[in-house]
Amino acid sequence: MKDAVAPVLPREHYLNVNYGIRSWLLTIDHKRIALLYLVSVTFFFFLGGAFAVSFRLELLTPQGDLVQAETYNKLFSMHGIIMVWFFLVPVIPNVLGNFLVPMMIGARDLAFPRLNLASWYLFNLGGLFMLYAVLSGGVDTGWTFYTPYSSLFSNTSVVITVLGIFISGFASILTGLNFIVTIHTMRAPGMTWFRLPLFIWSHYATSLILVLATPVLAIVLLLVMAERLFHIGIFDPALGGDPLLFQHLFWFYSHPAVYIMVLPAMGVVSELIATFSRKRIFGYSAVAFASVAIAVFGFLVWGHHMFITGQSVYGSMVFSFLSYAVAVPSAIKVFNWTATLYKGSIAYDTPMLYALGFIGLFTIGGLTGLFLAALGLDVHVTDTYFVIAHFHYIMVGGTVMAYLGGIHYWWPKISGRMYPEGWAKLGALIVFVGFNLTFFPQFILGYLGMPRRYYAYPEEFQILNVMSSAGASILGVGYILPMVYLVWSMRYGPSVVANPWPATGLEWRTTSPPPTENFAQTPVVTWEAYEFMPREETEVVGKLTPADQPT
Amino acid sequence: MWSGFPLFPEQASTVAGRVDALYTFLLIVSIVMTLLIAGLIVYFIIKYRRRTDDELGAPVTGALTLELLWTVIPFIIMMVMFVWGASVYFTLSRPPQNALEIQVVGKQWMWKFQHMDGQREINELHVPVGRAVKLILASQDVIHSFFVPAFRIKSDVVPGRYTTVWFEATKPGTYHLFCAEYCGTQHSGMIGQVIVMEPTQYQAWLSGGTAEGSLTAAGQKLFQDLACHTCHRGDTQGRGPVLDGLFGKTVQLQNGQTVRADENYIRESILNPSAKLVTGFQPLMPTFQGLVSEEQILQLVAYIKSLGTQQAQVTSGAPSPNEPAGNPPLGTAQEIPASAPPLQPALTPPTAKDEKP
Repeated sequence: MKDAVAPVLPREHYLNVNYGIRSWLLTIDHKRIALLYLVSVTFFFFLGGAFAVSFRLELLTPQGDLVQAETYNKLFSMHGIIMVWFFLVPVIPNVLGNFLVPMMIGARDLAFPRLNLASWYLFNLGGLFMLYAVLSGGVDTGWTFYTPYSSLFSNTSVVITVLGIFISGFASILTGLNFIVTIHTMRAPGMTWFRLPLFIWSHYATSLILVLATPVLAIVLLLVMAERLFHIGIFDPALGGDPLLFQHLFWFYSHPAVYIMVLPAMGVVSELIATFSRKRIFGYSAVAFASVAIAVFGFLVWGHHMFITGQSVYGSMVFSFLSYAVAVPSAIKVFNWTATLYKGSIAYDTPMLYALGFIGLFTIGGLTGLFLAALGLDVHVTDTYFVIAHFHYIMVGGTVMAYLGGIHYWWPKISGRMYPEGWAKLGALIVFVGFNLTFFPQFILGYLGMPRRYYAYPEEFQILNVMSSAGASILGVGYILPMVYLVWSMRYGPSVVANPWPATGLEWRTTSPPPTENFAQTPVVTWEAYEFMPREETEVVGKLTPADQPT
Repeated sequence: MWSGFPLFPEQASTVAGRVDALYTFLLIVSIVMTLLIAGLIVYFIIKYRRRTDDELGAPVTGALTLELLWTVIPFIIMMVMFVWGASVYFTLSRPPQNALEIQVVGKQWMWKFQHMDGQREINELHVPVGRAVKLILASQDVIHSFFVPAFRIKSDVVPGRYTTVWFEATKPGTYHLFCAEYCGTQHSGMIGQVIVMEPTQYQAWLSGGTAEGSLTAAGQKLFQDLACHTCHRGDTQGRGPVLDGLFGKTVQLQNGQTVRADENYIRESILNPSAKLVTGFQPLMPTFQGLVSEEQILQLVAYIKSLGTQQAQVTSGAPSPNEPAGNPPLGTAQEIPASAPPLQPALTPPTAKDEKP
């Protein structure tokens, strides 16, 4: 990688093509919109993280002493709501996906650039509602908004929050729509479906879910508002409604939403493993179809969130069976990534460390999902810290690790600068250690019976809670560190060539940072995905400037 | 396990061992799989580390047999988990016929218990060891969840319907009771204790305290106070259906459907009488929504259940000692199939007398 550093020469690219706030706020360049999203989601990530730090401090002691019970309930609720809808759902598709989907398929932009910008505005409008809800006292329903508590009993800012999520949902739908149309219609000549990078396959699968599931969320949120504002009996039995109807509708969105959050991460990891093993992903088509299978089966398993609600025993058995069925494609992916390492040429750059961390943590997260799908066992562990630990292994150990890996991997492309490798490796290590210390004790805590969303807890649970809180503080450092050095590297990092790693995707066959139109001329694809070639053959498309010549 | 750092909660019910066995199986599978994946990753990244800067990976792009193997084998292991988990769940969702019934009402933020003999408790539940206990759970406001980790049982308590959960405690002691479904500000304060006692102690506990008369008696009094008896008469001349012998039967409805007369059906018929109209009757009954509390509905249900079992059983003449004298003869504790015979020194295994018709 030392030879990847090139002398800086002025050249026009998407970052310096024009300046000023208007050129950013009115941009229709997918790469600039990706950076706008990067700013928005980073803000919400640290806000949601601040809530997590606050309630982990409260949980250091068994008694409720740092904050009031009501405040505690608001902290975990807003942590969940912000992290799910304002970070995890948009983070990879809207930052990395926005930046990379057109570049990876050899297109100049997404199919609907204006809709893309509109999506960012909708997202932020929703975010402003959320912020208003936070400032007006917060919301205490948990991110799940279970009725009739949310619709009639809570006296916090439920309507504003729900409205915020409702609006930002349209940002998701527009993004999904944009990706589907783009991938179908704008692939470069020769870029067949089975030459697509796996990142594209997983974003295609994600987009299907975004478009099909998000409207159901919008409906259920509207129904909650209708009951809350106008006392129309939908969910509250006192008004003639059914509280479990809410859960069916909510999980019909929210279980597929888990795959909205993790499928793009799987796409990122496939890219990282291939590049840093210099090898085609083992069983490319199995991994591609596994993404689609997860998206489809993901719609059929919502009832596994409701095993103890008194739903039909046989209904529960069907949901349990289907939950195991959806675990198979995830297992296939893990085996394929591992097998890709076999006889590879493996480098230990930071993105690869995150990718390997992802495989390990996702494996644990996936395996503990099998515990929750086992009916008789779920009865004991559901609604305990076991569930918390499980989905944080998927969402944080999986999605956030993959996102950080992806940000480091594409940072040279995005910014034209290399991040400081030593600091980055240290950051990856801190995140891995801090993550496991935070969440592994929660599996034990859950099996011992500590329920989730508890402000005060019996004393015998304290040791494990202290471990978890200690881990959270380490994890916090691990997240702040990359933000600091990535910002630093935008100015002080060494400039990079077009393809510093080197990698095979089309995004690496243009300059770093790319020009506004991505490619000097439309690329023609004559090679398969992940076809690693000796270096001199992977040239950039079109005319080279001196800065882009490999040294 | 390690005494200072336990990994399993105490096992205090008949299903706890089965749940732990399933957990242990999954734990072993998970540890083996995690070590396998982690071991392979570590081995590969060391053995195949990049040695020269322009080195490429070997062109190994797939192996169909291997891929089929790692699709089929995990699927088979998962099917074992599925069947095993389903069998434990099936046991958990089928209370034994002779179980002792206790009524539970969850409300923000306390647990209220009514024993058949009339004892009431808040946030404490006394039960005998070695006897199946079936809880009928009702919520007065939002969704709660009844969770006793030592018994490995949990059931949501959903407003608008009854749910049930059962357990058979295997050793005396005091165990945590938690609300596991977030229910508002004092959710983490909605906790209590399940106190499992030796049968003799339990009998002593039952006969102590100030019971206000059995639930069926309370239900009968309500039945009269609310004037239910003017329409639901013992003969067939009433404007409402006869309730004697109703419980557990299949009822023919006006719309041609049938419904089994269980607790949920009786509850719904009190609160929303026209929802499931019995064939041959007019929708004359007013709703009792707002007029009766969840506990009172449960008392009415207990009374109507006692009518259901009356004909199948020989009515016991001896009133139970913990009932006040002068209680109406109808609906004493002995007539409830699930209640413990209080005069016996120790609880006996189920007998034919205990079974429902």
